[in-house]
Amino acid sequence: MDFSFSHEQEQFRDSLARFLRDKSPTSAVRKLMATDRGYDPAVWRQLCDDLGVAGLHLPEDVGGSGYGPVELGIALEEQGRALLCAPYLASAVMAGYAVLLGGTEAQRAELLPGIAGGTTIATLAVTESEGLWRAGDVRLAATASGDGFRLNGRKRFVVDGQNADLLVVAGRTGKGVSLFAVDAAAEGVSRRAVPPMDPTRKLAEIVFDDAPSRLLGAEGEAPLEAILDAVLVAFAHEMIGGAQALLDSAVAYAKLRVQFGRPIGSFQAIKHRCADLLVQVELAKAAVYQAAQLLADGEDATVAASQAKAVAAEAYMHAARECIQFHGGIGFTWENDTHLWFKRAKSSEVFLGAPREHRERMLQAMGV
Amino acid sequence: MDANLEEIRAEIRAWLAENWRPERSLVEWRNLLVDAGWAAPDWPADYYGRDLPPSAVAVVNEELAAAGAIGAAKAGVRNLAAATLLEHGTDAQKRRYLRGVLTGEEAWCQLFSEPGSGSDLAGATTRAVRQGNQWVINGQKVWNTSAHHADFGLLLARTDWDQPKHKGLTYFVIDMRQPGVEVRQLRQMNGHASFNEVFMTDAVVHPEDMVGKEGGGWQVAMTTLAHERSGFARSRESVEDGGRPGRIYDEYREEVAVANEPYVWYPQRAGRVDLVIERAKQTGAIDDSVIRQDIARLLALHQSAQWYARRTAEARKAGRTTGAEGSVSKLAASHVARLASDVHTAITGIEAMLTGPESPLDGVIAEILVSVPAVSIAGGTDEIQRNIVSERLLDMPKEPRFDTGPFRDVKRN
Ligand SMILES: Cc1cc2nc3c(=O)[nH]c(=O)nc-3n(C[C@H](O)[C@H](O)[C@H](O)COP(=O)(O)OP(=O)(O)OC[C@H]3O[C@@H](n4cnc5c(N)ncnc54)[C@H](O)[C@@H]3O)c2cc1C
Repeated sequence: MDFSFSHEQEQFRDSLARFLRDKSPTSAVRKLMATDRGYDPAVWRQLCDDLGVAGLHLPEDVGGSGYGPVELGIALEEQGRALLCAPYLASAVMAGYAVLLGGTEAQRAELLPGIAGGTTIATLAVTESEGLWRAGDVRLAATASGDGFRLNGRKRFVVDGQNADLLVVAGRTGKGVSLFAVDAAAEGVSRRAVPPMDPTRKLAEIVFDDAPSRLLGAEGEAPLEAILDAVLVAFAHEMIGGAQALLDSAVAYAKLRVQFGRPIGSFQAIKHRCADLLVQVELAKAAVYQAAQLLADGEDATVAASQAKAVAAEAYMHAARECIQFHGGIGFTWENDTHLWFKRAKSSEVFLGAPREHRERMLQAMGV
Repeated sequence: MDANLEEIRAEIRAWLAENWRPERSLVEWRNLLVDAGWAAPDWPADYYGRDLPPSAVAVVNEELAAAGAIGAAKAGVRNLAAATLLEHGTDAQKRRYLRGVLTGEEAWCQLFSEPGSGSDLAGATTRAVRQGNQWVINGQKVWNTSAHHADFGLLLARTDWDQPKHKGLTYFVIDMRQPGVEVRQLRQMNGHASFNEVFMTDAVVHPEDMVGKEGGGWQVAMTTLAHERSGFARSRESVEDGGRPGRIYDEYREEVAVANEPYVWYPQRAGRVDLVIERAKQTGAIDDSVIRQDIARLLALHQSAQWYARRTAEARKAGRTTGAEGSVSKLAASHVARLASDVHTAITGIEAMLTGPESPLDGVIAEILVSVPAVSIAGGTDEIQRNIVSERLLDMPKEPRFDTGPFRDVKRN
């Protein structure tokens, strides 16, 4: 078990952070969040071609770089800090892991190179009505037809659903829940962008009306829990990156702003809360890094993954609230950047299951 | 798993097979451990250690436990004495004191707090005056855990009243077994009496027992405190020897009963997170969805704090810490203890009104409830830790000061 990042990992973090500072300042975030697509294809290309991030965690024989959850985590932490607008979570992380863990070898060889190279934008559609995935929530019907399956039903909260070329969809047959690959442009697929509270992350609702699809992996054996664990760990990294950005911003402002003849950061009512926030963010990081390490070591990571999601989501939300509070009136304005992270924090809190649900999942995975 | 760690595991395992004998005396055994470098594998090779990373210490401890073998003496201030001497001690001091720390033959206490200066540790007024070839000490310390068992004290005393407060302090090792040192036990709110008042009247310290430089005591004390604070994160489970027979186990139980007596309630003050699930199952509280949330919240917090502490231990070894990380761990320990106390209360319900043998777990739960308040005070209060975290880790403005002139002129209690 490793408890620190290697020199190489730190270098990767630095180069990505530098890239993101340059390409994803909040001025760019604001511009992109006002568009329908929600990301800049030129930046996405550079991110994939020059930095190779989309295939970080994917094996080399499918076009990835053969690293693991720790490096993927670094990439997401930095993206979360910079609030990067990109289909990374949807395509590289969610769909990437779904195909990697759920597809046959031939399907991985066929589908992953495009995801790893960023030339295919893919997404994963499991959720219908609840945040935390449960097999019982998957009602979308799949019926065998020829050498494929026809899908009928509706998926909601599909991240970057309107941008995707490839949809990985959880559907139900008589044998249980399976994953299906659907060409987003196929007949019978209708996509509608829904207005997201966090405009930096686009959401779609997708209706499947006898849409043609291919089964991924074995019928009735979609490894939803394993995919969820891997996705949660990656996603939690994005959250702690955002939480750190908010902590930094809160502290910087507290040192700058003067009231009663002294910086507000010299009042214990402010500085002690900054200290408490640091403690919460640091502990969340420890939980998140540890979960990544467990995944990397091939250990059962369900407890750690749910724990990471729960503590990271709470740290992120708390950081967002405190950051606004310390800014006072300006913190409530549209012009101030804090609300950008606040909205990401709020939607991240409930996406893929709220902290309360993950605490329960954690206990059940412990057998309690 | 790290290949290197597996080599270490194999090595200690083989060494234990060769050397561990329950018929040996405790001291004889621990001297063997010390000579082999297994008593403190993360210490420098020059001083009884093997220069191994903290992850290797965990492996060594696992193997000791697996063999039923007893490790180096651990409990108490001896760890702080060792850490402080390793960093600031002279070669002679390390040779004189470190072995006794590991074998458990010599016990230590920390003589920092005084009636007039607790949080404001640099306001100490115990005097050390150089007279001929010795230092003469006069003053009073208070809340000194285990001083009634200690052979040596880590003493912070004022040697210069004309310097600003932080610059007039010097750090000493004081022999507690001398006529000028009087120790009186103090009873705590949980009924135990582990801390003491210590009165020093013309007590004597030899010059070779000054740690660091004259006037440099503050820096040395900071090292002691940083280790004390990060130590709060280490989980303190009760010692289990399974009631094994054998001379060494008898001696070990004796040590636990006597020398470690002041610390019997320490696992309780940390909140006994280890008992929560078992208790919730026993009482049926495990089916209460609200209590389940609190339990999971507690487990997540506790686990995160442990992982944080391990990461910072690695970082400290690699020289990548600021020294204030222990304050993060201390605050985390306060949160864990308080939340654990709340969870135990919720699980226990009305029975929490009782204490002693008729109360749940033979009084252990009651002891948790009345011991947890110590965590946020001992070793520097939560408020002081927040000052440290905000000033040192976040570089926020320092508290306004009213005590910067010569110490002689500073307002005091
Ligand atoms: C169980 C236990 C074991 C102990 N063991 C030892 C030991 O072995 N050796 C030893 O030397 N001491 C020991 N202590 C003493 C301990 O270190 C002190 O009690 C502690 O540092 C607080 O000092 P004080 O009691 O003088 O409180 P004070 O310093 O008077 O504090 C009173 C209150 O004021 C607050 N406060 C003080 N200054 C500030 C500030 N700048 N900003 C905001 N709030 C502030 C404090 O947080 C606290 O809430 C022990 C204490 C306990 C409870």
